[in-house]
Amino acid sequence: MDLTWYLVLSALIFATGVAGVLLRRSPLVILLCLELMLNAGNLALLAFSRSLGNEDGQVFALIVLVIAACEVVVGLGLIVAAYRRRIPLNVDEFRNLRG
Amino acid sequence: MDATTYGWLVLAFPLAGTVLIALGWKKLPGRSAGWIGIGAIFLSFLASLGALAQLLDRPVEDRQLTNSLYDYAAAGGLDIQMNVLVDPLSVFMCLIVSGVSTLIHLYSLSYMTGDKGFARFFSYLNFFVFSMLLLVLAGNIVLLTVGWAFVGFASYALISFWYRRETATEAGMKAFVINVVGDVGLLLAALFLFRELGTFDLLRIFETAPEAFTTNEPVVVTIGVFLLVGAFAKSAQIPFHTWLADAMEGPTPVSALIHAATMVTAGVYLIGRFHPIFEIALTAADIAAIVGLLTLLIAATIALVVTDLKRIIAYSTMSQIGYMIMGVGIGAYSAAFFHLMTHAFFKALLFMAAGSVIGAMANRQNIDLMGGFRRSMPFTCAMILIGAAALAAFPGTSGFFSKDEILAFAEHRGGFYWVFAIGGYLGALMTAFYAFRIGFRVAYGNPVPEARELEEGHLHHAEPANPATGEPEDTDVGFPGAEHHIAERSWPMVVAMGILGFLAIFAGLVQIPGIDAVVEHFLEGSFEDSTLYGDLPSTADEYRGLGIGGVISLLGIALAAQFYLRKPGTTKRLQERFAGVHGLLADKWYFDELIDAVIVKPTLALGRFANSTFERFVVQGLVSGATGAARGASAGVRGAQSGYLRGYALLLVVGFAGLGLYFLVAGS
Repeated sequence: MDLTWYLVLSALIFATGVAGVLLRRSPLVILLCLELMLNAGNLALLAFSRSLGNEDGQVFALIVLVIAACEVVVGLGLIVAAYRRRIPLNVDEFRNLRG
Repeated sequence: MDATTYGWLVLAFPLAGTVLIALGWKKLPGRSAGWIGIGAIFLSFLASLGALAQLLDRPVEDRQLTNSLYDYAAAGGLDIQMNVLVDPLSVFMCLIVSGVSTLIHLYSLSYMTGDKGFARFFSYLNFFVFSMLLLVLAGNIVLLTVGWAFVGFASYALISFWYRRETATEAGMKAFVINVVGDVGLLLAALFLFRELGTFDLLRIFETAPEAFTTNEPVVVTIGVFLLVGAFAKSAQIPFHTWLADAMEGPTPVSALIHAATMVTAGVYLIGRFHPIFEIALTAADIAAIVGLLTLLIAATIALVVTDLKRIIAYSTMSQIGYMIMGVGIGAYSAAFFHLMTHAFFKALLFMAAGSVIGAMANRQNIDLMGGFRRSMPFTCAMILIGAAALAAFPGTSGFFSKDEILAFAEHRGGFYWVFAIGGYLGALMTAFYAFRIGFRVAYGNPVPEARELEEGHLHHAEPANPATGEPEDTDVGFPGAEHHIAERSWPMVVAMGILGFLAIFAGLVQIPGIDAVVEHFLEGSFEDSTLYGDLPSTADEYRGLGIGGVISLLGIALAAQFYLRKPGTTKRLQERFAGVHGLLADKWYFDELIDAVIVKPTLALGRFANSTFERFVVQGLVSGATGAARGASAGVRGAQSGYLRGYALLLVVGFAGLGLYFLVAGS
C-alpha cells in the first residue's frame, strides 16, 4: 500500500484534533482532541517505520504513548479537581494569564 | 619558663577571669566575682614580674623575644602569626597596667558593692585589662589592632556601664565613635606599612624601615600621621580629646582605669613602639610634639575653671598625656615612659580619693559644694593632697622627677625645641595651681553639711540623682547602686590607696639624675636602634631643669593657697572681671561646638540632602525609570496575551505550521 494514504489519514485526524482544540470550550473535549493529535502523529510514525523498514519509528510511537498517558493523568486530574471545586469547566473563563 | 611563656600567661589570666565571671555571674555568691577579678589581674601581674625576671637575665641587646602560638593567617604573601613580642617596653607596660589595675580592682570591690551590676562590672574590667595587655604584647600590627579595638569596645561598655542613665550612654557612644576614627587611622597606617614593607610583623617592620625609607619621604610621613591619628584618638589629644571628659560618666574606678593604667596611655605606647618610623618621619614626630604641647596647655586652662571634681582630674590627665606625647614626639622616650609610670600611680590615686569624696557627697561631684573634709575624712584628704603634690610636681615626689626630665630633654635638644620646654613649664604652673585647687577646696575651708554629718559619724544619704543633670534616678540595675562607700570605712580602698600613695611619693626615686636611671637602663633594650635615646642632657642641665620645675611648682601651689586658703573669694572676683575668658574656658574652648559645626552638622546636612534629593530623584528615578522602560517596551506585545487558551493554541499551530512550511520551501 502506498504510504500516502496513511499520511493523508494521519493529517485528517491531526486536523480534526487541531480544530477540536481551537473550537471547543470543554477542557475534557480539548484533552480528547489532544489525544487525537498525538495518535495522528503515532500513525504517521508507524507508517514511515513500515515503509522504510526501520524500527525506530515504532519505538518513538511507544514513547509518545507513554507521554500521552502521563499527560492524560495530569490533565484529567486537573479537570476532576476543577469540577469538585465547582469551577465552571469552560476554558474561555480561565483567563488569569491575560497581559 | 621562657619570658614569652610568661607573656602568654599575662594574657591568659585576665581572659580567663572575664569568661569565668561572664558565664558564672548568676552562681557567684556575694562579692566572689570581684575576688575572681582581682585574682586574675594579680596573677597577670605576677606573670609580668616573671617575664621581667627572665628578661633581666638576658644581655641588653638580646631582650626582644617573640613567640608564635600558631599561624593566624598565611596566604598569598601574608604571614600573620598569633605572636607576642616580649621586650623591655612591653613588659614595662604590662607591669604598670596589671599592677595598677590590680589595685583598682581591689578598690572597686568596695566601691561597687551594692550595685546590681557587680559581676558584670568585674567581667568588663577584666576584659579591659586583657585588651590593654593584648595591645602592648602584640607582636604584629594585626594583633595590635585587635587589642586596640577591644580597648575601644571595653571603654564603651564601661563608660556606659550605668546604661539606663542617658548621659552615660551618650558619653559611651561618643568615646566609641571617636575611638573608631582612631582605629581607621591605625588601620590605614598598617596597610601602608604592608604595602611598602610587605609585612605586618613589628620587629621586621622596624628592621626594614630604615633601609626602605629615606628621611621625611612623603609616604613615611603619611604613615606617621595615620599612626598619630590613632594615638591621638586613644590618648585624647586635640582634636580628638572631647570624649575623655564625658567618659567621667562611668563609675569612678573606671575613670581611674582609663586614665591611669589602660586606654589613654595606649597612644604614648604606640608612638614609643613605632619610634623607628617616627625617627625617619621627623615631620610626624614634630606634629606629635606640637599637638602634645597644645593639648597640655589647653587642657590645663580648662582644668582651671571646670567645677566637676572628676572632670578636673580628667582634664589634668589630658594635660599630662600631652606631656607624654610631647616627650615621645621630641624623642625623650625614657622620660615619657617614666612619666607614664608615675602618672599612672598618682592619677589612679587621685581618682580613688575623688571617688571616696564623691561617696561622702552621695554622688554629687560639683566641687563648689565640697569643702572642709579634712577632719571627717583624714585618710582620703591626705591621699588627695599626696596625689595633688605628685601631679603638681612638688619637689621630691614622683611627678617632680618624671615631668622635669621631659622638659630638660626638650631644652637639651635645642633648635626650636625650647618652645616645648617653655610651654611645658607654663603648663606645669597651671598644673600645680589646679592640682591644689582640688586639694584645698576639698580638704580645707568650712565643712559643708555632708562633712559635718560625717564628723558626727554617719554617712550622708541623698535621693539618688544624676550628677550631670540633676535628674532623679533609680537604684535598680543600669543605675548606680544605692550604697556609697568611703575609704575611711572599707579596708580594700585603704589598701589600694595606701599602696598608690606610697608609690606616688617614692616612685620617682628610681630615676634621679646622676644617681640612678632604672627605667632608662631597662627600656634601653627596646630603644637600641634609636638615635635619640642615648643622647641625654647632662646631669647639671637636668638639675637646673629640676630647680626651675620645683620653683614653678611651688609658685603654683602658693598661688592656689593664696586664692583658696587665704582669700577664698578671689576666684569669684576674677571670674566676674574676666567673664569672657572664663566663659571660653568653662565651655572648653568650644571644641564640642567646633566639632559639631565642622563635622556633625555638615554630615547631617549631607545625609538629609542625600535622603531628600539624591534618594528621591536619582535612586528612585533609576528604579522607576527601569520599570517604566520595561512597561513601555512591552506595550506592543501585551495585546497577544489575551488569556484565551484557544488563542495560544492557535498561535502555536500557526507558528509551527509556518516553520514547517518554511523548511519545506527552503529544503526543496
